[in-house]
Amino acid sequence: MEKNVALELKNITKTFGSVVANKDISLKVRKGEILSILGENGSGKTTLMNMVAGIYFPDSGQIFADGEEIVIASPKDAFQHKIGMIHQHFKLVDVFTAAENIVLGLEDEKGFDMPKYVEKIQKITAQYGFELDPYKKIYEMSVSEKQTVEIIKVLYRGADILILDEPTAVLTPQETVKLFKVLRNMREDGKAIIIITHKLHEVLSLSDNVAVLRKGEYIGTVKTAETNEAELTEMMVGKKISLNIERSAVEGGEDRLVVENISCINREGVKLLDNVSFSVRSGEILGIAGIAGSGQRELLEAIAGLQHLEEGKVIYHNPKTGEEEDLRDRTPLEIRQMGVRLAFVPEDRLGMGLVGNMDIVDNMMLRSYNKGQSLFLQRKAPKGLAEEIVDRLEVSTPSLATPVRRLSGGNVQKVLVGREIASSPTVLMAAYPVRGLDINSSYTIYNLLNEQKKSGVAVIFVGEDLDVLIELCDRIMVIGSGRITGIVDGRNTTKEEIGILMTKSDAACMQEGGEGENA
Amino acid sequence: MRKLDNFFLKVASGSYGHIIKRDDIIWWKAWGIRILSVFFALIVCGFVTVSLTDLNPIEMYVTMVEGAVGTPRLTWNLFQNTAILLCVSLALTPAFKMKFWNIGGEGQILIGGLATASCMIFLGGKLPNGVLIPIMFLASVVAASIWALVPAYFKTRFNANETLFTLMMNYVAIQLVAYFTLEWSVPKGSGTPRTLEFGQLPTLLGQKYLINILVVIVLTVLLYIYLKYSKQGYEISVVGESEKTAKYIGINVKKVILRTMAISGALCGVAGFLLVAGTDHSLKSDTSGGRGFTAIMVSWLAKFNPVFMIVTSLLIVFLQKGASKISEVYRLNSSFSDIITGIIIFFIIGSEFFINYRIKLARKEKNV
Repeated sequence: MEKNVALELKNITKTFGSVVANKDISLKVRKGEILSILGENGSGKTTLMNMVAGIYFPDSGQIFADGEEIVIASPKDAFQHKIGMIHQHFKLVDVFTAAENIVLGLEDEKGFDMPKYVEKIQKITAQYGFELDPYKKIYEMSVSEKQTVEIIKVLYRGADILILDEPTAVLTPQETVKLFKVLRNMREDGKAIIIITHKLHEVLSLSDNVAVLRKGEYIGTVKTAETNEAELTEMMVGKKISLNIERSAVEGGEDRLVVENISCINREGVKLLDNVSFSVRSGEILGIAGIAGSGQRELLEAIAGLQHLEEGKVIYHNPKTGEEEDLRDRTPLEIRQMGVRLAFVPEDRLGMGLVGNMDIVDNMMLRSYNKGQSLFLQRKAPKGLAEEIVDRLEVSTPSLATPVRRLSGGNVQKVLVGREIASSPTVLMAAYPVRGLDINSSYTIYNLLNEQKKSGVAVIFVGEDLDVLIELCDRIMVIGSGRITGIVDGRNTTKEEIGILMTKSDAACMQEGGEGENA
Repeated sequence: MRKLDNFFLKVASGSYGHIIKRDDIIWWKAWGIRILSVFFALIVCGFVTVSLTDLNPIEMYVTMVEGAVGTPRLTWNLFQNTAILLCVSLALTPAFKMKFWNIGGEGQILIGGLATASCMIFLGGKLPNGVLIPIMFLASVVAASIWALVPAYFKTRFNANETLFTLMMNYVAIQLVAYFTLEWSVPKGSGTPRTLEFGQLPTLLGQKYLINILVVIVLTVLLYIYLKYSKQGYEISVVGESEKTAKYIGINVKKVILRTMAISGALCGVAGFLLVAGTDHSLKSDTSGGRGFTAIMVSWLAKFNPVFMIVTSLLIVFLQKGASKISEVYRLNSSFSDIITGIIIFFIIGSEFFINYRIKLARKEKNV
């Protein structure tokens, strides 16, 4: 056995019910190495790492640390073996300071000595090049600072093997660069680092080796220096596919929805949308880019009549009558009664767009149940619609009577998008419609959006993958901390340009008194 | 302590075995598990009986059955009690389906009963029963509805916690009824509740409780249809499953909450009406007899399905009657019958866990 192997997994299998999340997976990570675990959503990356971190227990297989077989039955066991995991969702106490969060839960025989702890924390930050004020409260922190706290928490406990679950999902490109620098410093120090990701360019720029998982199976490990994007994609997806998304020219292009100077605040009085103005034209796809939680949700909900606005107007140009109508502060029902055909695919599919415990037919009925004078439900038409959607969008479901929560993410999304499109909308808003979907389902969704665009629908697409936004959208609007920081042409922009726009607002906000909230 | 800690950690992380959610279970398997749980409950009760008393458990069970259905009178009694409990359970169900925790059934029943009793006292003798009874019915339904609307209004207006609110309203109702019981007692102030002679529900086919039972059967069918096939029932389900979804598709959530609580209260009012006019012919502060609370269990056990509720309410009443017979015959105090009922219900509720989950033991591994 090699001397410097920090952690080795052998034949790990884990099942949940009838779903095999990990099948017979073996891999190694050495000291002073950054290993990327690459795979699509649902390929079992997080499950695998959760077993190393003591969250789950494998059904079978062995784990070795420093060449010795170990049993990790709890996060405590994991720490004993110097393994620490930074989860995607932070587990911090908001009203505590960074230092308090870091030492929380540690037993110190000699009593509680904060200055001593802070000294140790500062030593760690200096060593690896973190930027952190140990006395800052969590609720005052940006997402990236919170992540720093989580990482230091793990280092403070003496972890030599660090696992980071999708660490860049919530970071701006600039913050990502900083994080990578820190991770490289840790590598120099001899730590073993595993990062879970599905972003190819990060894998290529950061890691030494890449382990690829596909549908719970281990496909192989390759040296980063000897591979390229195409090869990794093929390993990840199983076959070569072109990343080209079709984009037709915009036809028509008259203003369909014009948003004028809208603002809204949350309960604490923080501005979620700040003087936002833009227009969406018929027959185009307007992309919205931004860091998660910058006001995308509020913007769409404001248009859909779910968010109270402090000021501004949402003007709808009715293509039939040619009239202009203000949708501000109307309820969704009123908007529909005004003859505005607005379809909305929300981010929270099962919590908002659909009812998880109801079957496909009853979910179809959500939009149409109230039609007609009868006191009773008409299940015939929704049933027909359900059959049509299952058939046309190839939804795989045991039956129409299966509760939608039992369907996989991609199928859930097909059901939701299918229903929304069925109402032949004039405006279609979709928030993160491909999040958690495999590549095939994602393309089904892109095609559906394109179809709508061609038939003259004004499409608003909120996305997180800049590559997709640039390929799919006619125009891309960038939002940062509730403000529009720029609108660029999708045909001749670059990721860098959008990245700069995404962060621009942060800096501007901080100068103006630190209103930039972190969601 | 640390050992215990580690033990729990290991259980939680699955070192010993896993709890796995079942995808689906065939209906006969589910019922098999339920019947098995009753069987185990009876065995455990047997042990408890032998260790606490010197009784033969088999004999005890026979007494129990006799206590519930031993004579035609007892059987009718059983059905009448089941009907009332079922009525209250039906009443709570729409609210529960909406995830509005109406714990105020007790108070809503009493207010319904109070309305019925006041009609019987003030209008009795002045109107023929054919006119009086519909008025009584209407009055109790309206009164209980309004009583239930109070917490619903505060919920929609100020987002007040409905569980606490409905619970508190019970005490107000109990004291109100206690006041009027004393006021109307004969002689006044004695506390002996007055027998209400006018407006009693008619005897059908020689059975004085038959009409109660028929009314509740009709309500069961109506509520089943309402929840499953009506647009309003659908709205209730959507609001209960996800208020966000309801808002997203444009359901007026506040309106649905108010409307559903009005229905919930109205049905409790019917229970109060049946109790006062059909069963007791008098009003006391314990007329509702805890049914507002027992019904919560009936409704949950039946998973909010009105038809299953027939079974669960019958089961609960059967246990209550049987157990009280045991204490009576063997001169045990009533705690013993409560213990028996408690054990049986514990097993039945516990069986739901095995219907939803299965346990897979970890195979032995070295180093564990």
